[in-house]
This record gives sequence, C-alpha cells and structure tokens, in this order.
Amino acid sequence: MQMSGAQMVCEAIIAEGVKTVFGYPGGAIMHVYDEIYKQNGFEHILNRHEQASVHAADGYARATGEVGVAMVTSGPGFTNAVTGLATAYMDSIPMVVISGQVPLSLIGTDGFQEIDAVGISRPCTKHNFLVRTLEELPRVLKEAFYIARTGRPGPVLVDVPKDITVDIGEFVYPDSVNIPTYKPTYKGNRRQIEKAVEAIKSAKKPLLYLGGGIVLSNASDLVREFALKTQIPAVETLMARGVLGAKNPLLLGMLGMHGNYSSNMAMSETDLVISFGARFDDRVTGKLSEFAKYADIIHVDIDAANIGKLVDVDYPIVGDITEVVTKMLEQIDDIDTDRYQAWRDILGRYNELHPQSYVDSDEVIKPQWAIERLGELLGEKAIITSDVGQHQMWAAQHYPFDRPRQWINSGGLGTMGFGFPAALGAKRAHPEKTVINITGDGSILMNMQELVTAAEYKIPVINVILNNHFLGMVRQWQTFFYEKRYSETDLSFQPNFKALAEACGGIGYDVSTKEEFDAALKDAIEQDKVCFMNVQTNRFEDVLPMVPSGGALFNMMLPQKVLSNTEAK
Amino acid sequence: MANSKNERHVISVIVMNESSVLARVTSLFAGRGYNIETLTVAPIPQSDMSHITIATNGSAKVMEQITKQLHKLIPVYKVIEHEEMVEKEMVLVKFPIAENLSDISALCSAYNGGIVNVGPEMVITMVSDEPTRIKHFIEATQRYNPSEVVRGGVVAIER
Repeated sequence: MQMSGAQMVCEAIIAEGVKTVFGYPGGAIMHVYDEIYKQNGFEHILNRHEQASVHAADGYARATGEVGVAMVTSGPGFTNAVTGLATAYMDSIPMVVISGQVPLSLIGTDGFQEIDAVGISRPCTKHNFLVRTLEELPRVLKEAFYIARTGRPGPVLVDVPKDITVDIGEFVYPDSVNIPTYKPTYKGNRRQIEKAVEAIKSAKKPLLYLGGGIVLSNASDLVREFALKTQIPAVETLMARGVLGAKNPLLLGMLGMHGNYSSNMAMSETDLVISFGARFDDRVTGKLSEFAKYADIIHVDIDAANIGKLVDVDYPIVGDITEVVTKMLEQIDDIDTDRYQAWRDILGRYNELHPQSYVDSDEVIKPQWAIERLGELLGEKAIITSDVGQHQMWAAQHYPFDRPRQWINSGGLGTMGFGFPAALGAKRAHPEKTVINITGDGSILMNMQELVTAAEYKIPVINVILNNHFLGMVRQWQTFFYEKRYSETDLSFQPNFKALAEACGGIGYDVSTKEEFDAALKDAIEQDKVCFMNVQTNRFEDVLPMVPSGGALFNMMLPQKVLSNTEAK
Repeated sequence: MANSKNERHVISVIVMNESSVLARVTSLFAGRGYNIETLTVAPIPQSDMSHITIATNGSAKVMEQITKQLHKLIPVYKVIEHEEMVEKEMVLVKFPIAENLSDISALCSAYNGGIVNVGPEMVITMVSDEPTRIKHFIEATQRYNPSEVVRGGVVAIER
C-alpha cells in the first residue's frame, strides 16, 4: 500500500498494538502529527514537557509489560527526552521513542533544531536508528519494537528525518525480524542449571536474591513457587518489591543501603546466593570485598555482561528467569526443606531483634506512618509510583507490595520528576486502579506541569507529597557526613501546593494531621481528579537503617528506638 | 589476584557494515573507561560485515567485560579475544634524502620492508612486521633522522 513515511509510523504503532502514545509536537515531527490527527487506531496524550512524555510511556510500560511509545520533535524536543531514555535504559524498560529530525539534506549543517540524536542517545539506549531511506522505515520500526521487548529489554530511539515522513512509498509491515547479529539467549545452559540445583541442595544457608529481572520476565509466580517448594529465605532489591509479596513469610525485606537488618545480615552470612535477575548494584552490595563473603554465587541473568561484572560468580547462568526457574523447578522435588530450618531460625531472630521500625508521633505526621497508612487503606489495590529521595526509600521499606508491577520507581538512574508522569502512564494503562505517586516537595516540582496534562485528560493521579521542606535525602547525608552544613537543601520557600493544583485544574489538600490525611485520601479517591495532597511531615526524619556509602552491608546505622531496645536487653 | 594484572590483548570485532557502527564501538570504550591502543577497520570481502581489530590493555576481568559489552551492541556479530594469533602492523617512515640510503635500505630489509618511494627531498620506507619489531625498527631508525613516522595499527588473525 502506498503511503507517506508519517503514515507508516502511525501504521507501525497500530500494528504493534499500542493503544496510547505520549508526546509533544514540533517542526520536524509535524507530518507524523498530521497523520495522528487523521487516524483513530491509538490515542495521543499531550504532556507538557517531552521528559514527562517519555516517563509516562515508561510508566505505561512498567505497569503493563508492553512497549511504551513516546514521540518528540528534533533538537530540544529530543534533548528533553534524554533523561527519560536514560531512566528507562538503566531499569531495562521496553520503550520506543520516535523523534523528528531535520531533513536529510540539512543533517550536518547545524540546521534549525538539529542535534545529533543518535550520537547523544547512544549510551542511554539499547539501540538507536537514524532512518536514511523511506524504504528501510518499515523494517526499522519493526526492529525497534522487537529489540525493545526482547532479550534484556530497553529503550530504542528511531530518529526520522522530516523529508522521509513526507515521501510516499510502498508500505508492508514485516511479519518477522531477522537480525543476524542479535540473538538473545533465553534458555540457560542445562548442565549449569543442574550444577546450581546441586549447590542449592547441599547449601546450609542459601538466600534468594531477587531482582527486577523477575518483573521484566513476568516470572513472579514461578519464583514464588520456587521459594515455596525450597523454603529458602529471600531478599528483594528495590526493583523487585512485590515479587514475593509482603505477606510471604520467607521474605526478609529489601536489602542494600536502606535494607532492613535481617536482609543485610542474611546477605552477609549466607553460604549460597541465588540471584535471579539482579545485577549487584553498588547500592545493594555496599563494600564489595565484604559482600556475601562466605557464599558461592549462582547468578541467573539474561544479560551475560551482568554476570561477573562486579562479583565473581561460581554458577553463571545466562538465560531468561522464566526459562531457567522452570527448569530448576523440575529438579527440586526431592529437596529437603528442613535442611535450612536452622538458618531460617537465625534470620527470624535477626528480624525480631531489629525489625523495620520507626518512632511514631501524635503531634506530627511521620512519613513512614503516611506510607503504612496508604498500605492499610489501599493495599494491593493501588499502583504506587514514586520520585527519588527519602520518600522513595520509605515507600520501598514500608508499603506492603503484594504483586509485581505494583511498584514503579526509577531505581537505576534515580530520576527526580519521574513519579508523576510515570503515574499518568500507569493510570492510563490501568484506569480501574488507584494510582498514587508518593513524592517529596523537591521531586514534585520537577514535573509539576503534568497537573495540566492530568486535568485535561482526566487522569486522576493522587500525588502524596511528603513535605519536609528539605531535599531530604541530601539533607540526611549532610547531617551524617557534612557536619550539618545544609548547603542548598533547605526548601522552606515553597509554592502554595494546594493553590497550584487548583490553578491547573486539579484539587489540593493541605494535610497536617492523621485525620486530615485519611479524609483527604478518601475525598481524593471519590473526586476522581488529579490532586496534590500536601502532607506536612517532621523535617528531620532519617531513612534508616542506612549503610554508609562504600561500607559493608552488616555495618548499619539503625533506628534510635531499636538501638535503645537492644541496650535494654 | 592473578587476573588483576593489566595485560595487552588484541580483539577482533566482526560487525555489520552499517553507518555509525564504529562510533558505537569506540564510544563504548570511551564511556566505560576502556583503553584503545590501536584500532583498524576494513570491510570483509564478499560480505556485509566489517572487521575491527582493537589492541587494548586491561585485567582479565576488564577484558571479559569488554568482550561481553561489545557483544551486547546490536550490530556486533562476533567478538574474538585472540590467544594464538598472527599479528602484524605496518609503518611508513620518511627520511631526508641526504641520509645514508643504503644503510636505511638494509635496515628496512632486516624488518621485511624496503624503500617504497623516492622524491627530490626525501625517501619513504615501509615495513610490516609484528608490533614489537615495529617498535624496534622505529627505534633503530632514529639515527637517520626520520622526519615522519606513521604507524598503521594492528591487524591479527587467529592461528
């Protein structure tokens, strides 16, 4: 069928089954937007900043597991999208971003709104394309979606020069993809899997170390079954919250810099780490030479480059978690779960000794209380997104995540401003679910223009701003490591958040008591409108436990109350 | 640790011969802090692939990462970390015509090369040999006041 390049872009998006595209028009992408106007195969959401468009597509992808799509123009449109690409890249999120480019004849001439998009995005995309001919456009689009969702997923950029969107040619969307240089490994090596299972059976203190790869592979049910059958205790990374489910008695909690005591001690004392889709990030391992010092390591990862990158691995298995765990499950029927009983007992005692805790207050809302309250009221019904900082860690620590894809946050890149637009994407994907963005008074301002988007498209996202009038996480480090010199972290000067939300067509709530918190949340859910819940919290709350950067996991700063309890014993 | 020692390695990267593929490879080295000592690239005859040869240095762990990270690039078909290889490099050296040409010619012969061009002011010699011998050759030429030295970078083939 004869059509323009712009039409081809739209037809490809429709053929891929994408229902929602997030974007922002501009000169170089105008022909594509003209075709968007004419079609009805997908809806387009006009965010108010390109970064938000990419985060929204990212949130959509994280909530569904499908490829998210964002569209931006050339030059500044594209550069605004870079943070979004990098965010998705670090967390392996399947996404296709289509950017306009100046016409082929102008490339390299410093034309108006020209920038080398493939050059800039090379280190923060899984792959990128500059389309050079109309003939290759259908194939490139097909490959972009294929590369984004297969293997270790990731964002792919397709940069389309304006003249190619105008030209008319034959369109046949390919049925299949054949890239001779790209063949991801899904099946783990059979012999290696057998050896790993043998190691599990002969271990005394094995530990499941669960990462975001399980979510990406949709393997949570398999991993839950594996844990149930083996009765091996488990820790989750920040990206894996919800994989095992908060109520699972085998789950110790989150490990790492802000991990709980029993999780970090388990990792320090285990004799066999069973890593499923985790990548031994520095925020997880702490000091590498002390990390899992007494353990052999089984590392299952679809990306061979993750294996042996930071720690030496005894049982490397390159493959998809779903495939590998399925094979492992076939070999563990004879496992002796009593074997690990002593180990489970030790870890249980660790948890009793230092549970995840905080000191609540009657005078002021503690941020941890707010999150636990959300958990009590909404539980597994809500999707929780977050920005980056203290509120993110408290959410990860205190919210009872029950299922994968319930928790959406920027783990790898740590992008402030991610949560609100990501919540828009998640809500669009799951309109029936309550979507809460847990954010801070610093982060929320980094994409607050999305109030307008949310109001216009009636995307009722609830932003719970845990307001401590500080860039809290940086402030915490300044308290601990910079002798309380609060350099540029005091956010005492603030907008009127309530009025701001209202000015943009949303609702605002000022909350400073627990009663007001409950009332505001109830009203926000009933009103079904985008809102800011401006929750005044105490200013100097710290995220604890904390492993100081570069320290060993077992050297944690613990919460005050717990310390005094131990001393009393 | 035995594998933490920095050693010289030569790797061959077989890639799709498409635009910006070389930039992908080199920016990976730059972005992840790996060294490039020499780099050569040319199309592989009768194919749509190119052969990139990179001489680099790093510990065994770093080499493993380089290999794996290169593999992850979509247009990379194969990465060969050479162990048993034939390795050659070419060098062009320009000398003033006034120098002792028979000495220079004899020196070049000793390194499997010779004089390849003579002009009114200078002669140009070419030598191709193993990289260590190229280094020795360049040192030996110093007494004849070479005015320009151009090394070609390593190419290698597994035995």
